[in-house]
Amino acid sequence: MISRPYGDRAVLLEPDDPAQLAGLRATLGAAPGVLEVVPAARTLLVSFDQARTSGAAIVEAARQAEHAPQELPDAALVELPVRYDGADLQDVAEEVGCSVPELIARHSSAEYTVDFCGFAPGFAYLSGLEPALHRPRLATPRTQVPAGSVGIAGEYTGVYPRSSPGGWRLLGRTEAPLWDPSRTPPALLAPGVRVRFRPL
Amino acid sequence: MSRAVLEVLAPGPLTTVQDGGRAGYARLGVPRSGAFDRSALRAANRLVGNPPDAAALEVTLGGLQLRLHHALTLAITGAPCAGLDHGVAVTLPAGAVVRLDTPRAGLRSYLAVRGAIALSAVLGSRSTDTLSGLGPAPLRAGDRLAVGPEPPAPVDGSLVPAPALPRRLRVVLGPRADWFAPDAPTALTRTGWTVRPDSDRIGVRLDGPPLRRIRAGELPSEPTLPGALQVPPDGRPILLGPDAPVTGGYPVIAVLRTAELSAAAQLRPGDRVRFVTS
Repeated sequence: MISRPYGDRAVLLEPDDPAQLAGLRATLGAAPGVLEVVPAARTLLVSFDQARTSGAAIVEAARQAEHAPQELPDAALVELPVRYDGADLQDVAEEVGCSVPELIARHSSAEYTVDFCGFAPGFAYLSGLEPALHRPRLATPRTQVPAGSVGIAGEYTGVYPRSSPGGWRLLGRTEAPLWDPSRTPPALLAPGVRVRFRPL
Repeated sequence: MSRAVLEVLAPGPLTTVQDGGRAGYARLGVPRSGAFDRSALRAANRLVGNPPDAAALEVTLGGLQLRLHHALTLAITGAPCAGLDHGVAVTLPAGAVVRLDTPRAGLRSYLAVRGAIALSAVLGSRSTDTLSGLGPAPLRAGDRLAVGPEPPAPVDGSLVPAPALPRRLRVVLGPRADWFAPDAPTALTRTGWTVRPDSDRIGVRLDGPPLRRIRAGELPSEPTLPGALQVPPDGRPILLGPDAPVTGGYPVIAVLRTAELSAAAQLRPGDRVRFVTS
């Protein structure tokens, strides 16, 4: 694991194996003096209270957790009903070299996991997309992507929780309420949650 | 009971409601928000007897005009604006109009009202998030703001001086200094950086000789914090503000010490700033 300072009140941790991020997140989230643990693609940012702990203590706790077996509670499974009629469905199928029905079957047969959120509140980056479906973003992002749009970009698939500009390749749309600030938790898809797409 | 007592006659270039921010939701993709100059927010609240992170107005480059419909105790801190005595609690009668001029130096002023700005919280905060649109919209002419009940703490009779202008900000190098040429940390600290006009609460954009990157390609998205100096491919650093996205793919060459973020909030377009490692 590599650790790097992030200012004076946080450390950035990069485990050798990204699969360890979920376990580290759980362990460090419960460590004394830790204020916040935020995951991203390969790294974890741990903010701490200087009066109660130190960057060195967090790195030490992380190293111990790295070598201890992780017992994670079973993550929630969310099923999202999707109407596969996205604007890029045909283009992506052509690039991948398969039919549209086959593309739908392939995208909806995998189980995904929320690695992290970013870009917008409740926007989850879902890992587990089969490598043949890793496609680049649009060269020119759309100025308006409707809420609920299901897309792919690079190694991830995801759903736009609210309408926003965006460059992901759109495969379909879900009506599932992904983001509601008056709900607890406000995001349907939080780090660790497992996700399946069900074609309508 | 809250009372609708403040009427916005003119909002100036940008006035938002800000408090201590939306902490604890970054893992769901929610920016921290909150007062950019947290020290000034806390000082203003202390003067009027509010809890330290109570909701107040963050006034960008002055220009705010308010009419009071009841007698109120107010205090302004941060960038000093002619129009209201700076750094002291002032009680004004019903009908009074407050007109804030453009500050001569500094960028953000904090106007706290005894009782605090009363509106419903979104995810635990009343702050306007200018990136994702959470919280109240920026103030517009005609808005009426409610003020909360009298807090138990008394008005503080002390004087808060205007903040010193940030000429040098202390940073910790990393986490991604290794993405840059070996001379880049020296270049970062040797350069007098100029604040660009397109700076805002999302980021303070800086101009100067580009920092040279030695690694091509994109960094997989990493978590960010306000105060990070992110460097896009053009080599000109962006100091992330409170409304910055919580993950990003540009390498961060250095991060401000936490105590410096409040000072950085006062950088206005055209200002020069240096970074020192310590």
